[in-house]
Amino acid sequence: MLTDADFDKSQAVADDVVLTVDNLSIDFNLRTHVLHAARDVSFELKRGKTLCLVGESGSGKSVTARTLLRIIDKNGAITSGRIILRGDRTETDIVKLDERSRELLSIRGGRIGLIFQEPMSSLSPVHTIGSQIVEALRLHQAMDKRQARAATIELLRQVEIPNPETQIDRYTFEFSGGMRQRAMIAMSLACNPDILIADEPTTALDVTTQAEILDLIKRLQVSRGMAMLLITHDMGVVAEVADEVAVMRYGRIVEQGSVDEIFHDARHPYTQRLLASTVRLEQNPRAFTRPAEAAPAESQPVISVRNLSKFYGGGGKLFGGKSYAVRAVDDVSLDLQPGENLGIVGESGSGKTTLGRLILRTVEPTSGTITYNDRERRAVDVTGLSKHDLRAYHRDVRLVFQDPFASLNPRMTVKEVIGDPLFVAGLAKGAALERRVGELMELVGLDPQSMERYPHAFSGGQRQRIGIARALALDPRVVIADEATAALDVSIRAQILDLLLDIQKRMSLSFIFISHDISVVRYFCDRVVVMHRGKVVETGSAEQICTAPQEAYTQSLISAVPNPDPRNKRMLHRTRFTAEATP
Amino acid sequence: MTHVYAQGDGAAETGPAITPIKRTRGHETAVAGPWTLIWLKFIRHKVALVAGCIILVMILIGTFAEFLAPALPEASKPQFTYAPPQELLFFVTDPDGSSRFMPHVTGYKQEVDKASLRRIFTIDETKVVPIGFLVKGPKYKLWGLFAMDVHLIGPLKSSDTMYLLGTDKLGRDLLSRLIYGTRISMSIGLIGVTISLCLGVILGSISGFYGGWVDLAIQRLIEVISSMPTIPLWLGLAAAVPLTWSPLQVYFVITLIVSLFGWTGLAREVRGRFFALRSEDFVTAARLDGSTERRLIFRHILPSLTSHILAVVTLALPTMIVAETALSFLGIGLKAPVVSWGVLLQEALNVRTIATAPWLLVWPAGAVVLTVLAYNFLGDGLRDAADPYES
Repeated sequence: MLTDADFDKSQAVADDVVLTVDNLSIDFNLRTHVLHAARDVSFELKRGKTLCLVGESGSGKSVTARTLLRIIDKNGAITSGRIILRGDRTETDIVKLDERSRELLSIRGGRIGLIFQEPMSSLSPVHTIGSQIVEALRLHQAMDKRQARAATIELLRQVEIPNPETQIDRYTFEFSGGMRQRAMIAMSLACNPDILIADEPTTALDVTTQAEILDLIKRLQVSRGMAMLLITHDMGVVAEVADEVAVMRYGRIVEQGSVDEIFHDARHPYTQRLLASTVRLEQNPRAFTRPAEAAPAESQPVISVRNLSKFYGGGGKLFGGKSYAVRAVDDVSLDLQPGENLGIVGESGSGKTTLGRLILRTVEPTSGTITYNDRERRAVDVTGLSKHDLRAYHRDVRLVFQDPFASLNPRMTVKEVIGDPLFVAGLAKGAALERRVGELMELVGLDPQSMERYPHAFSGGQRQRIGIARALALDPRVVIADEATAALDVSIRAQILDLLLDIQKRMSLSFIFISHDISVVRYFCDRVVVMHRGKVVETGSAEQICTAPQEAYTQSLISAVPNPDPRNKRMLHRTRFTAEATP
Repeated sequence: MTHVYAQGDGAAETGPAITPIKRTRGHETAVAGPWTLIWLKFIRHKVALVAGCIILVMILIGTFAEFLAPALPEASKPQFTYAPPQELLFFVTDPDGSSRFMPHVTGYKQEVDKASLRRIFTIDETKVVPIGFLVKGPKYKLWGLFAMDVHLIGPLKSSDTMYLLGTDKLGRDLLSRLIYGTRISMSIGLIGVTISLCLGVILGSISGFYGGWVDLAIQRLIEVISSMPTIPLWLGLAAAVPLTWSPLQVYFVITLIVSLFGWTGLAREVRGRFFALRSEDFVTAARLDGSTERRLIFRHILPSLTSHILAVVTLALPTMIVAETALSFLGIGLKAPVVSWGVLLQEALNVRTIATAPWLLVWPAGAVVLTVLAYNFLGDGLRDAADPYES
């Protein structure tokens, strides 16, 4: 219980503070050690204000937020600190509440709402959207069925789901990712919470959807006067929506202040580094190192793709069904010049990954041609290659994967992983193989001493370096990087991109860089191809696409990218693009 | 909110704050191979560890059956039919009241019940049969090769008898028969599973790797086989074994019959894993590295499967043992003079026997239950440890 003295003191706290976290520490009991997931974390949430908890993976930001609702894993425990929730003349210390007490249950969902990252797994697939919200209303607000249903429709309207009267009876799998997240928001708002916790609410969404969702959350928050705790790793999102920012690292808040102070007057070196690696991605280093005439038009392209298409399904008229085909890649043509970095940008489902796989022919194209000009300047028709000749092509055109965990065989040492292509091609064996692997590891900035280790001993960024070393082992001419930096933290992302650029200076390489992240493409690429629903929408230099896009879709895409500068919020006055119905 | 920040450069902190509980083995796990990781994960599963020890003991008993058994399995003494178990005692009390160490069993006093014409045994405290370890006893050939006569335990005088678990209707020592039965029952499981394993892994790999119509054909075959009711089919096949065949031939045929139906589950498991692994990034990477399909299968996919296969095999073993026991119990499996747990249980078929000599049911059945449970726990532990890379 709080003493009177405490109460008097807290009366002095400004009225708009709804939640105070005071020196909160959380420990996790792991098998071999105790992990101090949060250490002396303190912050305040104010009515109508947004606090962004920002940090890289493993910084303890999610654990801290979940502790506010006391939903931490069994092996975790609060070791010290207080979480004071303020209501009308009442104060509750959430830390002291019993795990199963009625009071805690009424706080969860009743006074504090929570939005998760993954809208698919946080909504039940076997209940309709409506019934899940109705349940929350009936539990917390003691409404009868009719009232609850009416209230649910109203909520769905507020989160801007079109036709809420019919959508209420739909199931989650009938909704797109953005719609699901809207439904999730409606659910967390059902009981008029004072505080909304959003744990990476837009990480799983496309950039344009992200802009819409953030926009919606922000408007709802202002109109309802809620306090919001937004957890994110994206400094751009922080700049767009935050009022106050707390930067977390290794369980500690290293710096907190107003959004302007953090972005323009960062004091802690970690914050400065974090901002630097974010802002750096806003420029294109290649624009300075390599003038535009570096790619002369008369030079022969390494790879040229003509009218490439891949349809899934369709033609299945056997049972008299409709011939319905998904056009994953639809009539795409592009050229890759020697030494050029070509970016392929698009949202999920735009066909960019399929295009990469088609160029490698791990997926067979439906129609179109791919021509590869080999080292002797002979034109090779990739689409007609036999299995045997394809192997030679795969030596010159290599792939770097998105997931640094799944792409390395966990049962092979790093030496075996990097050396495998060399060994298979019969290029090196024994001591020579070991020497070459050592060179490659040095090239990607890894210690050759660690080549006997297994991949599980490396961090995500280091693993991605191993993957890059494997791709470079055969001295390729083209490297296709499929979302190669998407799974990495922002500071590591910049390091990997710099590594690739550095390697490119030493070896004559071209990159095809597939990404959904426009800032990464802008940093890395000379030319950019924008894809939308399998089609190429626009092609141009990276600078032109990012600063002066011509097509409506590109404009909406670029303007939806959060700008990591709170003084220049780009997202709020973005251009919108409503795609015409697919033909 | 006021602008606050931690003083000093946090660069000194290179990782999350931890307090070690145990001696950390960071470097060791970094270079530890997959099998080391599986072992580290497995030994955390204490029940499985105990189960593994039990299995190991069982296998050792089976291996050194001749040495461990106090008597030969066929040696019968008509005067000791249905003799109850004797208790192994370590101290004797001399007439002067002092006790000294001497392992022994007490003898029987027997009288014949005139009404039922049955022998009734009662323990006779005064008759002491001294017992020794590593004593000379009946001659045998270890593994049919080395002529020996040393037994781990037995009566010091070869004319004495010792029945620690009692005897059967012909006056044969149940303990000895149980030990010999362990050899047959354990080996029939191991051999049967080996055959199943070869069939299952080969067909499962082909099915999972190539997919398409090959997969379709193999899967339909599996479905046909697993849809057959097993007991009648076993009965039919076992009945077809000619009576003139030697017990050893029958033994191998029964093993084959049992394993022919055991491979289907294994093949499905392997196929499923192949499907999952085939689309893994690291397999695609190996393909793009130029690996041939053989290398893909043997260098990349199968090593990831071995631990899973091991777990599935361990779980398949008890079904083999139970199948053999069931067949022998029904009288169509192994036949005397071969001794297996099923053959032993066959003697406990009628209620009267169980009433007079319950040990004939308890010990063989107990051995089957213990082994099956131990294999199941071991298999569970292995399955949990099989993928050390899951968090």
